Amino acid sequence: MSEKSRAGGAAAPRRPRTPSALLKFVMAVSGVFLLLYVVLHMIGNLKIFFGPAAIDEYASWLRTILEPALPYEGMLWIVRVVLLVSVIAHIWSATVLTLRARRARPIKYAGGSYRVKGSYAARTMRWGGVIIALFVIYHLLDLTFGVANPNGVHLEVYDNIAAGFAPERWYVTLFYVLAVVALGFHVQHGIFSGIQTLGWSSNSRERTIKVVSTVFAVVLTLGFISVPLAVTFGVV
Amino acid sequence: MKLTLKVWRQRDAIDKGRLATYDVEAHEDMSFLEMLDVLNEELITSGEDPVAFDHDCREGICGTCSMVIDGQPHGPQRATTTCQLHMRHYNDGDTIVIEPFRSGAFPVIKDLIVDRGAFDKVIQAGGYISANTGSAPEANANAVQKEHADRAFAAANCIGCGACVAACPNGSASLFLGAKLTHLGELPQGQPERYQRVVEMVQTHEDAGFGGCTNTGACATACPKEIPLDVISQLNRDYLAATVGGKKKG
Ligand code: HEM
Ligand code: SF4
Ligand code: FES
Repeated sequence: MSEKSRAGGAAAPRRPRTPSALLKFVMAVSGVFLLLYVVLHMIGNLKIFFGPAAIDEYASWLRTILEPALPYEGMLWIVRVVLLVSVIAHIWSATVLTLRARRARPIKYAGGSYRVKGSYAARTMRWGGVIIALFVIYHLLDLTFGVANPNGVHLEVYDNIAAGFAPERWYVTLFYVLAVVALGFHVQHGIFSGIQTLGWSSNSRERTIKVVSTVFAVVLTLGFISVPLAVTFGVV
Repeated sequence: MKLTLKVWRQRDAIDKGRLATYDVEAHEDMSFLEMLDVLNEELITSGEDPVAFDHDCREGICGTCSMVIDGQPHGPQRATTTCQLHMRHYNDGDTIVIEPFRSGAFPVIKDLIVDRGAFDKVIQAGGYISANTGSAPEANANAVQKEHADRAFAAANCIGCGACVAACPNGSASLFLGAKLTHLGELPQGQPERYQRVVEMVQTHEDAGFGGCTNTGACATACPKEIPLDVISQLNRDYLAATVGGKKKG
């Protein structure tokens, strides 16, 4: 047994490993891209409140951004590639860090009243992330590939949304709402944690950062859930 | 006051260990450790093995008295080490669960005593400055701005007790690490090794098997010396400047 692993006890790895601080940096940077996307996506979805034509035109426009400098769907594919890379980096580092955390804290305390584990959002980052990932898969099958959508016709965005969240499919709406609330919690702690990981937090700024993260998460969540709820309740 | 204690008993590092239940008659003026002394005297009198626990100064400065009381490192009172916790905070008839710090990097040696040698390794990796020996330096030669002095002092309060690790759901020692890096990094004497130091200490922290930080804040809540959470931001800032920003030379 090497001297190092003796000092570190059972959790000490055999080889030097990439510091968690670097993996957290990867999570923070990929998180910034995901967050940017989610914000733009939320704002784009609100087009539905301007009528069926508005959201359909918006979807066509997304495919012609910077034409003819870019080919048809050029920008869309650039965004998709950046998103895919970010998602893989985010989930990969989260997995490595989770496994490390398990080894570093293998035993739970038997004693009861421990109240200082951090906020609900902070404690549910891992399972919340899994729920969001599963939702994204379903969501892509629903509104991008159309296979899980009763209408499911490419570029008939309004009709797809209207059919997908029709009142008799209330359970789909409910699932979307729950998933987006999970996203809200994830984003609330994610923003604060990311800022701290990038080294931009300080004692005097901490409160403000937490308030801004919360407001941000609430606006994002409300913006997203407004669309399926509006369809299910016949507002649009 | 009559208390029921559930205490973690573990013969050695290999033993699986279990919670044992004891009744003890304590007085409200006793400190928590004195209450354990009473228990141990009874155990010795009845020919049993006393409960092994770490302690030294018993005045809240050495950081030795590591144990988890009812799930909280150093017990329920904020900004207080176990040795400074008093029994007047408990009521007659209470049941108290006492366990060792739980961390993969701090293996249990016996009962409530864990091996915190991993902290020594982290300090050896960079918790020092270079200074000339010989005559004492001129006291006013190095001007330090008030804000920097205050922050360095606040970080220097860390007594290396390990409660932050015990509280952390990821078993990370980031608060300890951040405290040491902020303490030295805020002062002119700490500048020459600043970026070298953060890289070495972070790598040693990693290789000792501590987990990564998720900024839950559990550490700062548990810390008996109220080390602020933002020392972890400082740790990350210096680490990223040293690595991604290329400030570490050689
Ligand atoms: C709950 C409200 C939401 C609605 C109504 C909605 C609607 C849509 C629609 C209509 C599309 C297809 C766009 C097109 O074909 O041009 C889409 C794509 C997508 N959405 Fe959502 N979305 C919602 C929430 C979310 C959330 C919370 C996330 C992320 C966690 C997300 C991630 C995505 C992704 C990754 C795509 C695929 C982009 C692509 O490559 O085409 N969506 N969404
Ligand atoms: S930061 Fe606080 S809890 Fe952690 S070792 Fe230092 S004094 Fe103990
Ligand atoms: S025994 Fe020294 S701090 Fe508690």
